Amino acid sequence: MSQLFSNANKQVFMAPLNLDHPILIQVLGICSALAVTAQLEPAIVMGLSVTVITAFSNVIISLIRKTIPNRIRIIIQLVVVAALVTIVSMILKAFAYDVSVKLSVYVGLIITNCILMGRLEAFAMMNGPWESFLDGVGNGLGYAYILVIIGAVREFFGAGTLLGITIIPQSAYDAGYVNNGMMTMPAMAMILLGCVIWAHRAINKEGTK
Amino acid sequence: MIKKFLDKVRPNFEEGGKLKSFRSVFEGIETFLLVPNATSKIGVSIHDAIDSKRIMSFVVIALLPALFFGMYNIGYWNYQSAGVAAGFWEMFIYGFLVMLPKIVVSYVVGLGIEFIVAQWKHEEIQEGYLVTGLLIPMVVPVGCPLWMLAIAVAFSVILAKEIYGGTGMNIFNPALVARAFLFFAYPSKMSGDAVWVSKDPIFGLGNTLPDGFTMATPLSQSGSGVEVTTSFSDMVTGLMPGSIGETSVIAIAIGAVILLWTKIASWRTMLSVFVGGAVVGFLFNVSGLDSDIAQLPWYEHLVLGGFCFGAVFMATDPVTSARTKNGKYVYGFLIGALAITIRVLNPGYPEGMMLAILFMNMFAPLIDYCFVQRNISKRARRAKLQ
Repeated sequence: MSQLFSNANKQVFMAPLNLDHPILIQVLGICSALAVTAQLEPAIVMGLSVTVITAFSNVIISLIRKTIPNRIRIIIQLVVVAALVTIVSMILKAFAYDVSVKLSVYVGLIITNCILMGRLEAFAMMNGPWESFLDGVGNGLGYAYILVIIGAVREFFGAGTLLGITIIPQSAYDAGYVNNGMMTMPAMAMILLGCVIWAHRAINKEGTK
Repeated sequence: MIKKFLDKVRPNFEEGGKLKSFRSVFEGIETFLLVPNATSKIGVSIHDAIDSKRIMSFVVIALLPALFFGMYNIGYWNYQSAGVAAGFWEMFIYGFLVMLPKIVVSYVVGLGIEFIVAQWKHEEIQEGYLVTGLLIPMVVPVGCPLWMLAIAVAFSVILAKEIYGGTGMNIFNPALVARAFLFFAYPSKMSGDAVWVSKDPIFGLGNTLPDGFTMATPLSQSGSGVEVTTSFSDMVTGLMPGSIGETSVIAIAIGAVILLWTKIASWRTMLSVFVGGAVVGFLFNVSGLDSDIAQLPWYEHLVLGGFCFGAVFMATDPVTSARTKNGKYVYGFLIGALAITIRVLNPGYPEGMMLAILFMNMFAPLIDYCFVQRNISKRARRAKLQ
């Protein structure tokens, strides 16, 4: 048991949350981060979906890594990811239909998410299932929390709500406050993401590469 | 901390005497803001041979005719819409009072950020904001609330200027970025028909107009297929609703003469913007496109909206425009051409000038690169021949 939570494993889990962050450091998976963050709810769901898929595809690939022929490994990885994405997509349609409509094509596009392929290639192909699982969860959560930050900022300033609940009181609107329409545009998501990366690099100036 | 700040500022105040003649033009608070800003020792010398302080003061002087006319225009439309007769001074002072808070907000926010950044990076304060701070209030409609202006100023100073390294390093014109930000973020306060006339009285001057009062600009009239009600002479003198500084061609022309005479702005850019606009406007006239705005005579295109203002004050910005001589022709021509194209083909954006200039700002380095490379290869060939 103690082996399961050894320091090395802790490192595997923690690194992608901060110093080896998939979005902030490796700048992967940007497209979906910009596309689904106009509101908080789809951003959370998207983040969780990616976490689940990354974790389990990592485990599966890690289990069969010794039997995968090297030449067709990308295809096999894609098949595994596609299968998981289909399952997640069906679950979303069954239990959270509204959100899956909002996410539309982006759930399907998780298949091509660079974070997934990156983790499978770089980690799951050469590590055991438990480490791979931790790595997948870490990367997924790292991705998810950036999505939540950007989604929250965009929904708050763009629509005055969080998770669909009105936050900015009507009196503020009466006093002349207007929602910032630019926040609902993907362009602003990119600027915000740039600001988050900026802040992250400013904080972690020492100790990184 | 405060003492340190005062010590830092005090010598600047004493040196500020250079701008004495300038002081009388501006009043009170503006001067206060101008002086400490005008004495930094380093500036945009990488890009400009002339002292940037002098450039900035000349540009501000060149902007004044358009600014004063804009103030008068604000008053004119307020009294005109209320149907009240008023003298020139009443209108002007009313416009001045409407305009003053906008200028103050723009300078306070912009200079505040510049100052914080300068302090943080241990640099001298750069005077680049002097012009931008005056441009921003001039390119927004009069109905734009102050807090929006403040957000836009903060946005453009931080994200269009400081992150690129401050004055002289920016890719995009900060004043236009501020306007673009407002335009996309708060379209209801930046376009449409309700924002072009000032509606509230200030200090007993001016008239209250009902909230629903609207007044369309000639461009938006043309864009939405309504007959344009402004006569051509009004378009030239500027007695039409529009963004504050952009309406009067005559006032802008005075500014253009000052800029050209002092050789701050390039006549190449300015001329080619107008040529580009005229050519494309003319092409649309003869193309037989069946919309009002395509059939708007090409010479009216050139005097409407922000075309003149953009051509004179924005496109010629030495920092963001192309720097090679031939590149300036291409750069200007494409701005004019794109501006009219956007106006005609996209009814959602009656003001294409802003987008055209921002777009070409992006391409200016590429244009320069092409011309520099061409020159290099031409010389290389010549060297080989000998």
